[in-house]
Amino acid sequence: MSSERITKKLTFKTFRFNAETDFLPYFKTYEMEVGKDELVLDILNRIKWEFDGSFSYRRSCRHGICGSCSIKVNGKPVLSCKQNVWELVDIFDTDTLLLEPQSRKRVVKDMIIDKKDFWEKHAKLKPYLVAEIDEHPKEEIKVSPHEAEQLLEADYCIQCGNCYYACPVVEVNEEYFGPAQFAKAYRFNADVRDNAKTERLEKVREMGPGVWDCVKCFECAEACPKDVDPIGKITKLHNQLFEEGMAQDNVATRHAVGFKHSIVKHGLLDEGELVRYSEGTLGVMKHLPEAIAMFKKGKIVMPWNMPKSEKLDEIKTLVKSSSKVKF
Amino acid sequence: MAELKYALYTGCTARESTPELLMSTLAVAKKLGIELVLLDEASCCGASHLQDFDDFLSLVLNARNICYAEKQELNMVTICNTCQLNTVMTKERLDSDENLKSQVNEKLAEVGLEYKGTSSVRHFLYAIIDDYGLDKLAEQVVKPLDDFNIAAFYGCHNIRPSHLHRKHNRVERGVGEGGGEEGFEEVPLMSKYNDGENPYNPTSLDRIIEALRGKSVDYDSKNKCCGFHADLQAPHTAHKLTGTALLDAIDNNADMMVTPCPLCHLNMDVKQDSVAKEMGRDIKLPILHLPQLIGLALGIEPQELGLQHNVSEPTFV
Repeated sequence: MSSERITKKLTFKTFRFNAETDFLPYFKTYEMEVGKDELVLDILNRIKWEFDGSFSYRRSCRHGICGSCSIKVNGKPVLSCKQNVWELVDIFDTDTLLLEPQSRKRVVKDMIIDKKDFWEKHAKLKPYLVAEIDEHPKEEIKVSPHEAEQLLEADYCIQCGNCYYACPVVEVNEEYFGPAQFAKAYRFNADVRDNAKTERLEKVREMGPGVWDCVKCFECAEACPKDVDPIGKITKLHNQLFEEGMAQDNVATRHAVGFKHSIVKHGLLDEGELVRYSEGTLGVMKHLPEAIAMFKKGKIVMPWNMPKSEKLDEIKTLVKSSSKVKF
Repeated sequence: MAELKYALYTGCTARESTPELLMSTLAVAKKLGIELVLLDEASCCGASHLQDFDDFLSLVLNARNICYAEKQELNMVTICNTCQLNTVMTKERLDSDENLKSQVNEKLAEVGLEYKGTSSVRHFLYAIIDDYGLDKLAEQVVKPLDDFNIAAFYGCHNIRPSHLHRKHNRVERGVGEGGGEEGFEEVPLMSKYNDGENPYNPTSLDRIIEALRGKSVDYDSKNKCCGFHADLQAPHTAHKLTGTALLDAIDNNADMMVTPCPLCHLNMDVKQDSVAKEMGRDIKLPILHLPQLIGLALGIEPQELGLQHNVSEPTFV
């Protein structure tokens, strides 16, 4: 049996920038033979140890639990210590990989970014258990397996930030809390021992920073290396707001509720009526230029021509029997 | 008899604000010999918003839609990315949770229906690529799109979350002679096209453009979000996301953009003026639905493809 190590010659184009000395970022290219078991973190180490000692990145546990070593490779957020390099070569069908920090605009040095905004937003949502604990308890606080399952693996989050820096809303709305923060808020809201659910829901329902500004792009679910599914938790927070009677009467909540009204009436969504219902009669005026443009092109269905699903009675029966949420 | 036959779940938008999508889908299917049976009994999928308000109701309604494809013993095709994701997410949840499935079926029984999980649910884009075949599509081209730089805009809900789409674009290979483990291997239908869609570098639309002999534009925003689902509550966010993608395509010399999602189409096509104000730059770019683009290359008349309904003037036709 041959003991020869099987390798691939790969090129790593690497983002370089030192905020203290550089005016502009630049790229440096490194070529090396890479074995099939090597991880992205091995490559970062080899660049530093074999090519350039000034190359900087964060690393700590090497076991996928500290979240320090996250970067992007060819645009894909990865946890360097978990991500196999050959797998990336297969995914992107290339022998050249681009190594970048999670967020270029937050770069301090090379792969190291400033995560201040990430942590500050976390802190605002009380990312810890809030409970009055007897200092001398006589028995343990019991959590049933079913109650523990309600966390829906939200406690697997290692706060690596992959979802946060992949989120397009974070990029254009600086006050938006972000998917990791919402996943953490859900984690403690779903904990039967916690007493701060109302406080957290008051925060996450705010327009601008809160859950209603999510664009539902699933970038966070795709980016998460621990399968936490942050957008699933965002949906759960939406659900909690309605279930707890804490959903405020605003454009976002009416937008969600409006679907039910429309489905009961037509089976289908009445798009025009949904906008009016969500925005209010006056609010709808701001959409007038677009409405006129659409009308001219035959894209507005008049109320008297609104199509209906066949067997609408069936749909009405199911809505009446299945819908329990009130608003 | 048609070689390919599907139950078509149109979704709401193709019945209302994008009538051209339904027109062009039917015209292209007819031209390619694909038989589509309209699911007129279907309801709205909830578009990811009803789910925020009443998750169980959305499950029941989406399961009911699939029931009607099952009753016809047909696989379902969708023509909206969001309908596709909501329907396939329902399918995934019910197929993997017997308890939830029986709760939903308890409700469906009230109207004489039962969700079994026998119909697959796929977007028309992948039905064309995987079932009809790109080579066969290329053979049907009578008006090649050689002169055009075409920007593919994928839309989020067809490419993310990728594990879900990958799973639902697989078929089980039949047990071969002698059986054995290999007989149960799942084969990704997209295997010949990049082993499933890579959400960080999707290729399906680009390959269709190439099959139609157009030039596919390489630009960063092709797999990004248009912001549609926050249009009403966060218009500035939505406009910035739409505008960034449109300008990226324009700056990379796109003559037009094509998308398989009518919701992306609404943002990209109808909102160009308001987005231009937000971005501080003029934006003029024709936006086509996927079947409109295919239809043009197949020689179908623009009127039949509903191009008269597009707001951003497709002046190149």
